[in-house]
Amino acid sequence: MTNWKVILSIAKTHLLSKMKSTVTASLGVTFGIGAYITLVSFMTGLNKMLDDLVLNQTPHIHLYNEIEPSKTQPISRLAEFEGAFNVVHSIKPKMSQQKIHNALPMMHYLNADPRVRGASPQLRAQIFYLSGSIELGGSLVGVDILEEARLYNMRDYIVQGSAEALKNTDNGILLGAGLAKKMSLDLGDRVQISTVDGTVTPLKIVGIYQSGIAEIDNVRSFSNLKTVQRIQGEAENYVTDINVKLYDIAQAVPMASALEKQFGIKATDIQEANAQFETGSNIRNIITYAVSITLLIVAGFGIYNILSMLIYEKMNDIAILKATGFSGKDVQYIFMSQALLIGLVGGLVGLIVGYILSRLIDKVPFETDALPTITTYPVNFNMGYYLIGITFAFISTFIAGYLPSKKAKKIDPVRIIRGN
Amino acid sequence: MTAMANVLEAKHINKHFRKPVDFHVLKDINFRVARGEFASIMGKSGCGKSTLLYILSTMDTDYEGELYLNDQLVSGLPHEALSKIRNQHIGFVFQFHYLLTEFTVLENVMLPARKLGRKSTEEIEHDAMQHLKTLNIEKLARKTASRISGGEKQRVAIARALINDPDILMGDEPTGNLDSYNAENVFQIFKGLKEEKGLSLLVVTHDQDFADRTDRIIIMEDGRVLP
Repeated sequence: MTNWKVILSIAKTHLLSKMKSTVTASLGVTFGIGAYITLVSFMTGLNKMLDDLVLNQTPHIHLYNEIEPSKTQPISRLAEFEGAFNVVHSIKPKMSQQKIHNALPMMHYLNADPRVRGASPQLRAQIFYLSGSIELGGSLVGVDILEEARLYNMRDYIVQGSAEALKNTDNGILLGAGLAKKMSLDLGDRVQISTVDGTVTPLKIVGIYQSGIAEIDNVRSFSNLKTVQRIQGEAENYVTDINVKLYDIAQAVPMASALEKQFGIKATDIQEANAQFETGSNIRNIITYAVSITLLIVAGFGIYNILSMLIYEKMNDIAILKATGFSGKDVQYIFMSQALLIGLVGGLVGLIVGYILSRLIDKVPFETDALPTITTYPVNFNMGYYLIGITFAFISTFIAGYLPSKKAKKIDPVRIIRGN
Repeated sequence: MTAMANVLEAKHINKHFRKPVDFHVLKDINFRVARGEFASIMGKSGCGKSTLLYILSTMDTDYEGELYLNDQLVSGLPHEALSKIRNQHIGFVFQFHYLLTEFTVLENVMLPARKLGRKSTEEIEHDAMQHLKTLNIEKLARKTASRISGGEKQRVAIARALINDPDILMGDEPTGNLDSYNAENVFQIFKGLKEEKGLSLLVVTHDQDFADRTDRIIIMEDGRVLP
């Protein structure tokens, strides 16, 4: 039977009477945990921001028609040449239409799928921007702007004007930020658009779009789907791309290949498009944990030293406790609970220090052209990391306290009492 | 003397010190302490009397032979069980005053009872104050143990040894480190405990004067009890 009340009161008295060492040991834990919380909050905040930068803008599945040579050449269809080794030289792809066949029923079908958060149509057109004597090549994307805003955080990238303004303006355009700069255009100005076959249409600039990726901002602009269909002289069912966003990104790969078979269309999934992306996040996580664990190991050695010293100083106490009926285990628990109390106090203070530092970082200005909506450093305040932090504190102090307390358990009271 | 009347009985106890060389410290020790008896052990330095006392107190388990406490065999019991026996049945007073220096006098006295956990903290505190009163040191109760005099410390140690109403009180030269006034004081306390409460006492001492006034003197020489 272990009488915890007595054990804890002895542990408390020991800790309070050695305030200096207690504080030193606790500070070690505080630094370790504080650094962990700060680092992990900042690093995961950064990771999330970079993920958002690429992943949020990217559809999970992208459906389009690709111009490619037919996989089955006519000669293979002939029964007479079945099993023969046919050689066809200089195969050219057939000019197929870019339009997705039956795009509207397909969208209905996709939007009804419970795995799909949303499927949005796009019409991509190659055009020229004309402004005075300037003529720039680029692309104009016809979109359902409110769907884009809902699914791909489009609003974050509209630095001037708004998504609603585009929706409400028939001949409106969200001009790429790079283009606007090159052509010295601003909100409310007009820009002439020329299609490949020479039709010129004036469009009113209702917003400036900045994705943060210069190659995109220098060529791409957005307009309403209907506007682009009209510029191109196409019908209302003319759609070249369908972007699908799913609830679960892991579904992207199987679903893309299923859609490819089902509709006879090219479907790329997000993993294919951003394979290298995970690597960066993983490395940042490894760095965070390596630094934190190193700090905690250092703190652990500190606790180990202080407890070893304490046990050496408390030899007499240990002998008396054992002589008056405390078992070896009781004595071990006394010193273990001291280690864990140091872990608890140091860990909790560490969490608070980490939280305060994270708050400070969250307030530090961080402005970059690449990220128009971000004004301060990104920090992730996730309760889960605080739980991991306090668990870390307990594990490291437990290990650091275990060895010295085991020594205390084994001390022979007779030898101490005789020694005097 | 009936068997039930024995608080403590040692049968054929032998002990060797194995380091640095094999040394036969205790040679076939046999003796009994009856209930209510005040016995003292005397002998020259190195004759093994302290060693014997540590075996009798169950703290030292490295010996051959059998040790009975209240007619129960305690030899060979696991450490946990022995701790419990020490806690409940044996009070111990050392030559040096061995108090927990960072705790108050009252906390020191209460500690074994709190470990035993049979009574509420209030009851234990009340008992501890009673013991301190009997020993005339109740005014020291709230003082830290490191701030009282040697004679006072020894009386606190006695109060601590008594808190769980043990069957036997053992002392390893409890007066060895005290001036004659305080030594006499301790002797009178022991005598009072025997007479008023019927407590059994077994005290190792160098002090002939002290030993002469006990019920029985057990004399040891070269690891044997002289008849």
